[in-house]
Amino acid sequence: MRRFKEFIIEKLVFLSGILVILFVCLIFVFLLKEGLSFFKDVKLSAFLLGKYWYPISEPPRFGILPLILGSLFVTLGAVLFAVPLSIGAAFYVAEIAPARIRDFLKTGIEILASIPSVVLGFVGMITLVPWIKAIFHVPTGLTALAGSIMLGFMAMPTIISISEDAITAVPRQYKEGSIALGATRWQTMYRVTIHAAKPGIIAACMLGVGRVIGETMAVMMITGNAAVIPRTFLQPVRTLTATIAAEMGEVVHGSAHYHALFSIGIILFLITFMINITADFFLHRVRTK
Amino acid sequence: MRWNNLISVAAKEKIAFGALFFITLFILAPVVVVLWIIFKNGISAINWEFLTAMPKEGMRAGGIFPAIVGTLYLVVGATVCSLPLGILAAIYLSEYAKENALTRLINLAIVNLSGVPSVVYGLFGFSLFVVFLKFGASIVAGSLTLAIMNLPVIITSTRESLKAVPDYFREVGLSLGASRWQTVRHAVLPFALPGILTGTILSIARAAGETAPILFTVAAFYIPHLPHSVFDQAMALPYHLYIIATQIPNIPNSYRYGTALVLILMVLLMNLVAIIIRSKFRRKYKW
Amino acid sequence: MEHNVCFSVRDLDIRFGAVHALHRVSCDIARNGILGAIGPANSGKTTFLRALNRLNETQDNYRMSGSILLEGRDINKDFKPEGLRRRVGMIFALPMPLPLSIYENIAFGPRRQGINDKRRLDAAVEESLRSAFLWEEVKDRLKSAATKLSGGQQQRLCIARTLAVKPDVILFDEPCSGLDPISTAKVEESMVVLKKKYTIVLVTNNTKQAARVSDRVAFFLMGDLIEEDVTDRIFTSPKDKRTEDYIVGKFG
Repeated sequence: MRRFKEFIIEKLVFLSGILVILFVCLIFVFLLKEGLSFFKDVKLSAFLLGKYWYPISEPPRFGILPLILGSLFVTLGAVLFAVPLSIGAAFYVAEIAPARIRDFLKTGIEILASIPSVVLGFVGMITLVPWIKAIFHVPTGLTALAGSIMLGFMAMPTIISISEDAITAVPRQYKEGSIALGATRWQTMYRVTIHAAKPGIIAACMLGVGRVIGETMAVMMITGNAAVIPRTFLQPVRTLTATIAAEMGEVVHGSAHYHALFSIGIILFLITFMINITADFFLHRVRTK
Repeated sequence: MRWNNLISVAAKEKIAFGALFFITLFILAPVVVVLWIIFKNGISAINWEFLTAMPKEGMRAGGIFPAIVGTLYLVVGATVCSLPLGILAAIYLSEYAKENALTRLINLAIVNLSGVPSVVYGLFGFSLFVVFLKFGASIVAGSLTLAIMNLPVIITSTRESLKAVPDYFREVGLSLGASRWQTVRHAVLPFALPGILTGTILSIARAAGETAPILFTVAAFYIPHLPHSVFDQAMALPYHLYIIATQIPNIPNSYRYGTALVLILMVLLMNLVAIIIRSKFRRKYKW
Repeated sequence: MEHNVCFSVRDLDIRFGAVHALHRVSCDIARNGILGAIGPANSGKTTFLRALNRLNETQDNYRMSGSILLEGRDINKDFKPEGLRRRVGMIFALPMPLPLSIYENIAFGPRRQGINDKRRLDAAVEESLRSAFLWEEVKDRLKSAATKLSGGQQQRLCIARTLAVKPDVILFDEPCSGLDPISTAKVEESMVVLKKKYTIVLVTNNTKQAARVSDRVAFFLMGDLIEEDVTDRIFTSPKDKRTEDYIVGKFG
């Protein structure tokens, strides 16, 4: 009886492991199922490179170039803002801060990570957006810049915690060797530690980018959602994710527009898939070192 | 000359460390500011009626009771579905899986699942649960979508906790004549439990705050009553906040802040519990 | 002689991936005696020991050939691993109590066999602790954490825990490597008493310990079993030059 019970449990355990693969396949299959039929009517190149996203005009136009560029703009801004600061903070937390302060800072970073994106979007709407409007004298503060800043903050916990792990994982002998040769702690950090931790830090940044590209609510609430090709950061933009979130609710089920939104989903899926695989590759290099 | 050089090196270090300190402060200061803004402006809206009454006058008055209940339903539903599956999958990976192609494939799948944008989970949930399985926009569809989204988080944290249990526990269990599963169940799992609990609570907190996956799978703009069954639509706190922040003009701002405050308190409370469990057991189990 | 054989090992060959850990080892292990396995690090003695209760199997890349018979039955074919390990207990190099109470550590084995009756468990715990000479020291604090005991007490707790499973054979894997001389003496003392009821295989780095407690000694070197004989003969007139070199301390 007991042996039979164990047999069942061990099979269940195995099945659960396999199910994870099944879910990924399911996601991909269902995105394809709803998205691929779109390309019967529209060419892939016209979809990716089309300059106009007018899904409900007559005739509709489904060019997602402005959306891609919108995502790219916001992501680029967020990365430029978040990466240097996060790496700096990761070093401070991992190497410089005294133990008590370190726990305190880590808790703070965890809290930042746990604030729901819709709350950050809301706070951004009532603080950041008017500030940008006033400082830059632009007609609206709902801009790529607002999105970049907000998303930068949302990417920071990811980048900081993974970089911090990578920095802590650098063998102590490296650091002590450098100190023994007369280098200061700071020289050791930027000459030795950062190089040894590089794969992990790169992975951290990539996962941060993945987080930014996939982020939806905050971006939808503060970037203005204008589907035009952006020229500056002080312009409203619309991202891939925000397009899905904003239009999926009103779309006619089965229409070309509906399928187009799923095609955007496929593209997002593929982008984040590649980012995560690459990041994982770098993380693996840290572990096997 | 040399002495001079030495001073400048030491000074450089001081400046650099100071700069890094201010960078860290700069990142964390907004956390405090955000929490403070929401607390200061939201606390006045919170009273018994706000927490327990239905919305009135196009959500410009009354309370947010159905949104709170909806979020609780979703969170419980998602946890019930993802927790057993996630823990079993983690046990497979940590205790049974060999270093082979299948294991690498599963790991790849987990990495991939954890990176899928939340709005894409929403699309997926819509096409699988709402349309294909004909659940309609409902608590079931939303819970299942959130559950799949949560799965990689639970698996990863559970696996870490299992791996943190030293190998000798397993050897001791086996050497005392326990079967493989008995060893996992009695010599490994109990000691990984605090870590598993922490990870689970954090994942629940995350699910509670998610909006994009529930946009098209469950969330209702406005329902004047509580859901009757799991196949009903429901309101949810994060979606409600999104709606009253962007779609409905002339709502007293305190209502928006109040809703945000309730949401964030829920999330922070769960985080706090997780942190307490972790620090308590970190002291208890030292090996 | 035949009926007195506990383990009969024939052509035991073990690899871990590319590492060839044990080369076609054959020997008999007599019942109710202590076989001391000595040899330098990586000589294969611990691999040999862990083959006897199939604990090597937990490694992914483990491969073996040859046979090990426990009283005539092939341990790799005629036993389930947990069934074998209930008859062949093991004490590890470092004292390894689980972070449970003293009582629960000892009850672990019996409970896994489905014994949950409190009176039977109480009796098993007391009996095992007495046999390991620990009862008097801990009888008033059975519910307190096992990890709070001293190193020597912890190791005797591990012996008691193994006895509670009621094995026929006990494998000791360098059981005193982390202990001070007094605790070591106590563990050795209990081994000598235990051999009346149990067959004991002792792996040790400490040649003097092997000389003190073993009835027979096996000398391992780089995966080979060089020779196996009565303790006195190994230490006074070894057949192989390498055994002699090791014992007088020329290497290892």
